[in-house]
This record gives sequence, structure tokens and C-alpha cells, in this order.
Amino acid sequence: MEAVALHAAHAHHEEEYTTTGIPHDKMGMWVFLCSEVMFFTGLIGSYIVLRFATPLWPPPASVLNIPLTAVNTFILICSSVTMVQALAAISRGDTRKLKLFLCLTLLGGTIFLSIQAVEYWKLLHEGFNPHVSLFGSVFFTTTGFHGFHVFCGVICIAFVTGKAFLGKYTQAHHQGIETIGLYWHFVDLVWIVLFTIIYLI
Amino acid sequence: MSTTEHKTPNYMAIFWWLAGFTAVEVAYSSLLPHSQKVILILGLVGFAAIKATLVALYFMHLKFERKTLGIIVGSTLILGVILVSVGMAEHWLPRP
Repeated sequence: MEAVALHAAHAHHEEEYTTTGIPHDKMGMWVFLCSEVMFFTGLIGSYIVLRFATPLWPPPASVLNIPLTAVNTFILICSSVTMVQALAAISRGDTRKLKLFLCLTLLGGTIFLSIQAVEYWKLLHEGFNPHVSLFGSVFFTTTGFHGFHVFCGVICIAFVTGKAFLGKYTQAHHQGIETIGLYWHFVDLVWIVLFTIIYLI
Repeated sequence: MSTTEHKTPNYMAIFWWLAGFTAVEVAYSSLLPHSQKVILILGLVGFAAIKATLVALYFMHLKFERKTLGIIVGSTLILGVILVSVGMAEHWLPRP
């Protein structure tokens, strides 16, 4: 009897009341992402101001490997699509596809980080490092912080993938997938802006 | 658990638009002479803005969310624009 009452209380707790009509964890993630917008705006704004205030700025294509980074951008976009497909799958109750798409997202994030590591290694080997110029300093700071965000995202996706394999997500309860998905799409969105401003302009 | 019920967007169509814009961006950047800086910057920033908007609206589902969320995100973007504008004004505006 007590167990039934506890279960009923738990079920009631899951359908929590919110004044905004948005689940608390989703709202929390959006507020966090807004703070992240300001963080990256600070970095990108600094890059723009420093770039236009410095007369001798090397053309990015003369230092950076644009084709390699374009491929990396494509991979991150692919991982964003697989993440949203994972959410769509669990919304339909398809746990097999949820696991498949989460694994693909994890793979995409890992490949992105690996390619970025190779890019850094090559640049450092060629003598382009944070101490060599202002461009080197802002390049490694901005892309490094983004890479750290991707790394954190990969860890979180590995965690939800593990939970998916343990059968913790159902058609009715999968807020965790949506919340980490928001973070992952944000990381993709930031890279879209960084790729244009740092590599192409 | 989704707060708003909506028809699932065609994610693959969005993906192909994003991939296509990325290819066009790279081609535009490499083909356009870098002496035409204003056209280059406006074009590339325009492409990036379209791509970022597609991700926010369809992958992050902002298009289907409540107005509250739109107001929160919109306010942050306005603050971001002010932050960058103040930095740029420091450089471009004439000093007294």
C-alpha cells in the first residue's frame, strides 16, 4: 500500500508544475546557453576588434588548413543532425534508433575533436603557436574554448548513450535527450560562426 | 516531455541546406578576390547568419517553442550585439 502511494507521489512529482510551461531542466539549459552566448560573444567580439585594430594580420588561408576545417564543420553538422534524429526517434518510442543515432553523434563529436587535435599538432609543428602573434593567441584561445565545449558535450552524450543502453529513456520520459541535444546544437551553432569569422574572413 | 506539440520538421532537408551553404561559403571565400573585403565580409556573415538561424529554429526547436523562450534568447542576442558594438565603436569612432 505504501509502495503504491510512493509510486503515485513519484508519478505526480514527474509531471511537475512550472509557471512558464517549460520543464525546469530545459529552462535551466536555455538560461545556461544564454550565459554561453555572452561568453562566446566576448571572445568573438575581442577577435573582431583586435583584427581590425591590427594593421598586419595574416590572411587565415595562408596559415590555416581551410579544406580540413571545412570537412570538420561538415562532420559537426552531421552530428547535430544525428542528435536531433535521436530525439525524434525516442519521441516515436523507437529505442533502437535512439541508441544508433546517439552512437553516431558520439562518433561525430570524437572525429571532430580528433581532427582539431591533428590541426593543432600540425600548426604547432609549423611554429604557429599562441606566443607567435596576436592571431595565434586569439585563434588558440577561441577555438580551444570551443573544443573544450565539444569535449564536455562528448562526455555528456556518452553518459546519455549509456543510459539509453540501460533502457532509461521511454517515449514519455526522455527530457535528458532533449536537454543535452540543446547543448550539442548550440556547440554546432557556435562553430558555424567561428568557422566563418576565424577561417574564412 | 516536449512542452509544445508540433509536426516533426524535415531534418534531412535542413541538413542539406546547411551542408550546401558551407560548400558555397568555402567557394565564395576562395574565389572572391580578398581586395573586395566589404562584399566578402557581408556575404560570409550573411551565410553564417542563415546557417545559425536554421540550427536554432529547427534543430533547437525555437520555432516551435513558447514566446517566453524566444524573449529570453532574443534579449541575450541584443545584449551580445551591444557588447560587440561597444568594442567596435571604441576602435572606429573618432577620439575627442
